[in-house]
Amino acid sequence: MIDKSAATLAEALSQIKDGATILIGGFGTAGQPAELIDGLIELGLKDLTIVSNNAGNGDYGLAKLLKTGAVKKIICSFPRQADSYVFDELYRAGKIELEIVPQGNLACRMQAAGMGLGPIYTPTGFGTLLAEGKPTLQYDGKDYVLENPIKADFALIKAHKGDRWGNLVYRKSARNFGPIMAMAADVTIAQVSEVVELGELDPEVVVTPGIFVQHVVQVQPAPVPVSA
Amino acid sequence: MSYQKLSRDQIAQRVAQDIPEGSYVNLGIGLPTKIASYLPADKDVFLHSENGLLAFGPPPAKGEEDPELINAGKEYVTMLKGGCFFHHGDSFAMMRGGHLDICVLGAFQIAANGDLANWHTGVPDAIPSVGGAMDLAVGAKKVFVTTDHVTKKGEPKIVAELTYPATGQKCVDRIYTDLCIIDVTPEGLKVTEKVEGLSFEELQSLTGATLIDATQG
Repeated sequence: MIDKSAATLAEALSQIKDGATILIGGFGTAGQPAELIDGLIELGLKDLTIVSNNAGNGDYGLAKLLKTGAVKKIICSFPRQADSYVFDELYRAGKIELEIVPQGNLACRMQAAGMGLGPIYTPTGFGTLLAEGKPTLQYDGKDYVLENPIKADFALIKAHKGDRWGNLVYRKSARNFGPIMAMAADVTIAQVSEVVELGELDPEVVVTPGIFVQHVVQVQPAPVPVSA
Repeated sequence: MSYQKLSRDQIAQRVAQDIPEGSYVNLGIGLPTKIASYLPADKDVFLHSENGLLAFGPPPAKGEEDPELINAGKEYVTMLKGGCFFHHGDSFAMMRGGHLDICVLGAFQIAANGDLANWHTGVPDAIPSVGGAMDLAVGAKKVFVTTDHVTKKGEPKIVAELTYPATGQKCVDRIYTDLCIIDVTPEGLKVTEKVEGLSFEELQSLTGATLIDATQG
């Protein structure tokens, strides 16, 4: 019997080692797997590369991880927010490397990895600072810039419900990057509010098929603070 | 003659008049967000937010806020009946794939050829943040920009060439300022409306690129 929900949070996370590249779901605080991140912090790792849309809010989740100094580099689209003081301080002190990626390119670079594609041509960013030094192509009268896939060792995501085969459904705008991150990592660990029996998730509404998910961990999520 | 600048709400109201029923629309953060409150309630306009919402509605009543139901500006919203959720890959397919009819963005600068700068001031210690701006600029069928006509220091924001880092090239279709509306066309920047009492010559003097007077009468 396959039971992807068997491992505890600590067991599931214990595979992550120093220097790992980790995709972390969320748009602001919505969809951030805060309990998985708390578990990651306890491992006391170093030299992590994190891929996430933002660079942390307040002292919650990802911001808390950054504060520990475990993160060497962050790849994101929108680090600067009213409540991104943890990141801002690290960045201005030269303690973290930043790669800015337009949000849609961030999504499609992970999708490319998940779909087994190589580098992809995207119109987004052409002719801007973010395309400097990258190969370009004109196709059908439009300009494109070549971007590499983003493949990761791990994805930590938050879903609403999951079953022991790893099928997932999400909640409202907490879905955001979850489904595509699940495709782009070797090992995807999903925290869910509830593990349900096989068959309880209607096959018509499953958002992430279990093939993309290696571990499902049930947690009682603490209330999500509001992003600024 | 004296003239009165449009307020931010008046600009938002004016843009709302140009959004036809049935449009799929992304409203950027800031002034563009205000446009939503001027869309007539009896018309179906589908608002898109890059974090995976289509057909979202006004803010919730006090006490009904859900931290997992937010727009791209990280403000609480509600869903309209018929609205739906999707992941970022689909969301940016809508944006980049030319499925959105209109996006409305803010601007630091717009160049005569429609180049847009709105993500990075280029100041050395600024922390650059781009979000979905570059995707919207290249992907929507029509890109509208709302902006003050000049900066707080009185410098033109509509310029011959950008001096700020670009968000997208030749992407802006129409500019709504607190003084006028300008269509960006292959022939140049055509002023189609201006506030009462403002002469074309005065408007030109506040603009860093050549304007064409296309106002009616």
